[in-house]
This record gives sequence, C-alpha cells and structure tokens, in this order.
Amino acid sequence: MYKYDEYDRALVQARVAQFRDQVARRLSGELSEEEFVPLRLQNGLYLQRHAYMLRVAIPYGTLSSVQLRTLGRIAEQYDRGYGHFSTRQNIQFNWIELEQVPDILQLLADQEMHAIQTSGNCVRNITTEAFAGVARDELLDPRPLAEILRQWSTVNPEFLYLPRKFKIAISSSETDRAALRAHDIGLYLYPGDEGEMLLRVMVGGGLGRTPILNEQVREALPWRHLLTYVEAVLRVYNRHGRRDNKYKARIKILVKALGVEAFAREVELEWEQIRDSAGQLTLHEYQRVAQGFRVPDYERLDALDADFGAWLARDAAFARWVQTNTRAHKVAGYSSVVLSTKPAPTADQSTAPGDLAAAQMYSVADLADRYGFGEIRVAHEQNLVLPDIRKRDLYALWKALVSIKLATPNIGLLTDVIACPGGDFCSLASTRSLPVARAIQQRFDNLDYLHDLGEISLNISGCVNACGHHHIGNIGILGVDRKGEEFFQVTLGGAQGKNSSLGKVIGPSFRAEDIPQVIERLLETFVRYREVEEPFIETLGRIGAGPFKESVYSGPDESTNPAQIHTHSRKGEAMA
Amino acid sequence: MKNLITLHSGAAAVAVKDPWELVDTQEGEAAPGASGSAYRILPLSDWRQLSEVAAKRSEATAEPMGVLLHPDDDPADLAPWIDRIALIALEFPSFRDGRAYTQAFVLRSRLGFRGELRAIGDVLRDQLVAMRHCGFSSFAVRGDRSAEDALKGLAGFDLIYARSVACPEPLFRRRLRAGEPGESDQPGT
Repeated sequence: MYKYDEYDRALVQARVAQFRDQVARRLSGELSEEEFVPLRLQNGLYLQRHAYMLRVAIPYGTLSSVQLRTLGRIAEQYDRGYGHFSTRQNIQFNWIELEQVPDILQLLADQEMHAIQTSGNCVRNITTEAFAGVARDELLDPRPLAEILRQWSTVNPEFLYLPRKFKIAISSSETDRAALRAHDIGLYLYPGDEGEMLLRVMVGGGLGRTPILNEQVREALPWRHLLTYVEAVLRVYNRHGRRDNKYKARIKILVKALGVEAFAREVELEWEQIRDSAGQLTLHEYQRVAQGFRVPDYERLDALDADFGAWLARDAAFARWVQTNTRAHKVAGYSSVVLSTKPAPTADQSTAPGDLAAAQMYSVADLADRYGFGEIRVAHEQNLVLPDIRKRDLYALWKALVSIKLATPNIGLLTDVIACPGGDFCSLASTRSLPVARAIQQRFDNLDYLHDLGEISLNISGCVNACGHHHIGNIGILGVDRKGEEFFQVTLGGAQGKNSSLGKVIGPSFRAEDIPQVIERLLETFVRYREVEEPFIETLGRIGAGPFKESVYSGPDESTNPAQIHTHSRKGEAMA
Repeated sequence: MKNLITLHSGAAAVAVKDPWELVDTQEGEAAPGASGSAYRILPLSDWRQLSEVAAKRSEATAEPMGVLLHPDDDPADLAPWIDRIALIALEFPSFRDGRAYTQAFVLRSRLGFRGELRAIGDVLRDQLVAMRHCGFSSFAVRGDRSAEDALKGLAGFDLIYARSVACPEPLFRRRLRAGEPGESDQPGT
C-alpha cells in the first residue's frame, strides 16, 4: 500500500486542525449553517434524517488491517457499533455527533486516512476496481495513477467549488469492474505497442436523474499527461458548466449540450496550453508512488493444491463458495476472496447491504494479517475483498468467514443486492430501499435456485439520485414517492463493464410489498426462455423486454402466480 | 473600498485606506465616483466602451484602470490591455460559485496579468487560502464580516499537491527540489 510521507501526513494533520477550528466556530455561532455546509461537506459530513453521517474516504478501495481496525474502533466508540460500505468504496458512519468529528478525523489522520472531499461539489474519492494489482485479466496496475490523482485532486484550490460533484474512476482490466462509463471521467489504462502506459479518457457519464454513459474524448493519451488533461477537463467544466440548476449541473449535461466533439475541442484547446507545463508528470514521481504498490512476497506455489482439491471434493458448501466468492489471481496458487456483506436475513438479524459490525471489522483485519498481506479492498458492490489468499488456506479462511457471517456464497447473484441507505437514513431519499432489499433477500434465500439462475445484478435506489446505481443493474429498482406513498419502478437491461448499458423502465411502478412477486415473475420468464447456461442479461438481449413485461403486467397467470400485483397508474389509482 | 485585506510580498494585512471604488453604471459614460475618486472599477462592458473611446483619441487614459469581471465574462477579452490595467476585480456572487478561481488562474498564468487581483462579493474567511493560491492579491471581505477576523483564514492551512498560481510547481517537483535524489526522467514507462 502507498505509505504517507511527511507531506501527506502534514496535510491531513493540518486539515484536522482546520476543521476543528471550523466546527468550534459553528458551535459558537460564529459560522452560519449556510457558510458551514460546504465546509463540512468537503470533510465528509452530511446532516441526515436522524443524525450527522460521516463518510470516510477509502482511496481506490484499499485498506490496511490497521486502518480497518481504526474504522472498527470509530464504529464502536462514536457510532452504534457498525459502519456502512458505500458504492464509492467509502465507509459511512450514520450516527455521529458534530462535536466529536474532529476527534474522529484525528484518529483517521493518525492512520493515514481522511474524509476530505467525500462530499461537496468537488473531485470525490478516486475509485478503481477491487482486484486492482491482482486480477488475472488486468493489463496494467491502475493504483499508482489513482494515488497520483488522489493527491492532485485533494484541496486543489481551483476546483473546490465546481458546479457539482465530480467522480473519476480508473481501471485496466479486460472486464471493466469499476463502472468507468458511469463516471464524470472514466480512465481506461492500457499498454501501447511498446508497452508504454496509455489512457483512454471518457467524459460526461453519471447516473442520477439523467443517466448518461460517458463518451470518449481522447484515445492513447500518454500517462505523463494524465494530470494536465484532467486539469483541462475540469477547467472547461468549471467555466462553462451550468450553475443555475443543480439537476443540470453535472458535466454530462455540458457534454451533451455542446456535443462530445465540440466539448473535446474545447478541452484540447485548453490542454494544448498546459500540456508541457510543470503539471506534466515525471517518471520519478510515478516510480516514487508505484513503490507503494510493489508486488508482495508471494510464495512460489503450484497452481493446484492437493488439500484444496480434496476439500473441494469433500465439502459441497465450500465448493459452492469457492465457485461464487473467489476470483482468479495473477499469481499461481493464489486467489482473491470476496466477503459478502449480504447474508440472507433471519428472524433476529437483518443487515443492510454493505453494513459491517465493528467485531466483524476486527476479525477481517485479523484474517487479512493471518492469511494475506494485511490488506483489504472494498468493492463498489459493497463487499470486501481479501486480495491475496493462498489456495491452500481457502478452507480455513472459509470456516473463519462462516463463523463471522461473511461467507454467504452469493457474489454476483441475485441477492448480492446493491442498495443505497434509503429513507431509513438519508434525508434526500423519497423511499426506503432497505426493506425492499431485505424482502428480496428473504424471498430468494434458496441457494440452489440462486446458483441455477447464475449472474444477475440487482440494484436499488431510494430516489432519483441513484446512489444504488439502479440504471446499471440488470434489474434496477427505483423508489418514487406518489402523493406520500412509496412506489417502486423497475428497469431491465442495465449493465456495467465493457458492455455498459442503461436499463429501461418496464412500465407503471409497484408497491413495495409486490416487488418480490414482480422479481419472481421476471425470473420465471428468464428461466422459461433461457438457453442453456445463458446469463439473464443475454436472454433479455436476445428476446427483448416484451415477454418480461407481459409476465408482470398482463394479469396474473392463476396457475403459477396467484398473487395480485398492484401497480401505480399515472392517474394515481392502483390497478391490478 | 472598505473591509479589505491586501497582500504585500506575501504578507496579508487589513488595508487602512484603499482608493478603489466600484462604479456601477449602466449609462455608458461612467461618471467619476461619488467621492470623486479617480480609482474606478468599471464593469467590463462600460470599461470596454470607455477604452474604445480612449483608443480612438489615441491616448492612454491617465487615471488608473480597474475592471470588474462577472463570473461569465471571458478574461481573454482583456488581453489587449492586460499590461495597462492596474486592478481586476473578480466577483463571487456566492462563495459556492467557483468560476472566479479559474478566471484568476487564466488572468495570471495565461494572460500574464501582474496588477492587483481583487476578490469581491461573497468573500469569506474560509475561502481566502484557495483564492490566494489562484492569484488573488486582495480580498474585499463581505460587509457583515470582519476583515480582521478573516485575516486568520490566510494564516491557516494552505498545503496543496497540485500547482497553483502562487505555487507554480506541483508538489512532486517541489519534493525533488527539497533534496530528494535527482530525477532520472527517461522516456517511456
């Protein structure tokens, strides 16, 4: 992992002192709430429905075991004993007292963490995929450039008051697992003919109420120009992005308004004037940062391990978990392991996707030390990853994970639901997304069935801000408020990765209690039309949304679907 | 102007007396300021008319020139006169509107403006450091706030990684000069 040097440490320490002063001035009334809002947001502090929420940055989703223990301590000492991992690879604490925030930030700073720019109209946490540096299908390691971008964007004085938030992701795997195309800037890193690092720059993506996939503005940008090019994009955006309407203020609206060619011309004009400036990256700096991401001391292992093979044959539950929750590693004899934060709810226990108790954090930190190199990743699907596990240790690790309820074998399956915190916490949300997620997880808790269905992504957002990324779920669920009543709209066909697409609404929205039934009918349709092992998204692509819509809307098929589904028509009356 | 902080060779102080006055005129021919001050800051459109008249008479106006840019004005419009302008004021209609930071960067780094660059409008203590980084050299603090208090904002945390007008080299170059081993900067990866 990247280790802070004296500059990095000085910066986060100074920032804590600055915010301590600002909080004191707010508490004394010297600062008005209006003046305080952008300051606290740029330090990750939101005012939610019941309390303050603190969002801590986890740059490109990488944590050390020491850092994870610190997060556990914060959960225990300052919150109600748990934290929530978000779709931006960050962690959120939901029950925070304003007075205590400076002390929490101090704890973070002491372990080389911060909450800087996890909110506000500025460049947010830089993300990449959870398997960066270890995935077998990775072309180049994106983490050094992600860290370079993190540093460059942190308190960059020209870009702290942009028209709207700004999200950058970088990835370099065959299958893009960082949702690049849903970002304000998506950077795809790949090697040129001579092995040199090149970037494809895509601008203008974003979900929210106007979901748009970004478009390419530059191909084959040499890595040295990363910062100057991003600077050019941000300068054009800062000058010309709309500020009259917050719903039209993201860069995607500017790119659409100008057209991508005209927008790219503006950027190139700006970039020509700064490309050879002092902002151009140096090899020395790249190497300095890359040192933090050196290949750990892997053992030389055989690709196959006899004990591991034996356990696979002997223990079906283990074999199933290996199949769904482990990923190919670039080093022989190793695997990456995904820890599911989404167990099937039980009568006495039910947690939100992405929630982890402090005790679980401590255990995961211990397991990372014991079986890995003390490193943990956060996936944007709200799960954790232990990136470097010897195959021969998988069985013991699995046993340990089962005992702390982080071994549900459902990664990539229907119940690996991505959901925002929704109206239970968030003051923006118009509906409660978590009960819907829970109901789906409850209804579909048969593991055999889930495995038979194969890969399906299901995303739930509690409002149009789309924090649950419902537009890029194969099945997307969006909560909408209709005259004070919660309804849920269903979209089909969203996808992330190389074949990114935005889902389309299938028709009138449903009541929360009918959603599991709706999902069931969609799944039945899938199974009916599916060819061999075809994934859901391919069947949908082949036959179109028609049969799915029909199964949901054209009246219950008494033989298989006795339940009535209530939808919401435009006029506001419920119809069968 | 009152309630003003100015920077002189890096040191910030509350200005005791400042001769500049914002002249809000839509009448084309700008009248001298109410107090008869010759140090007038004119909105870009007024200023442009005035300078065209002056150009026709092929004479440089004797009085110091001050121009006010609104956030949607293009600083490049001032390029022909940039060496003759004594002061440019950039407006923050709200402290959340960050366009003036980019205008300031363009004026300083690209157009080579060397005169006084003044922040006016919703100018508050907690944004002064960012303004200074972007090349502002004076700050007309919002009327209901004390400039003395705002001064503390400039004494606080101002570390950055990126480059800025005040700090033209990014940290990765400053680090090197601070005594790290010399750069082995070969082409390729």
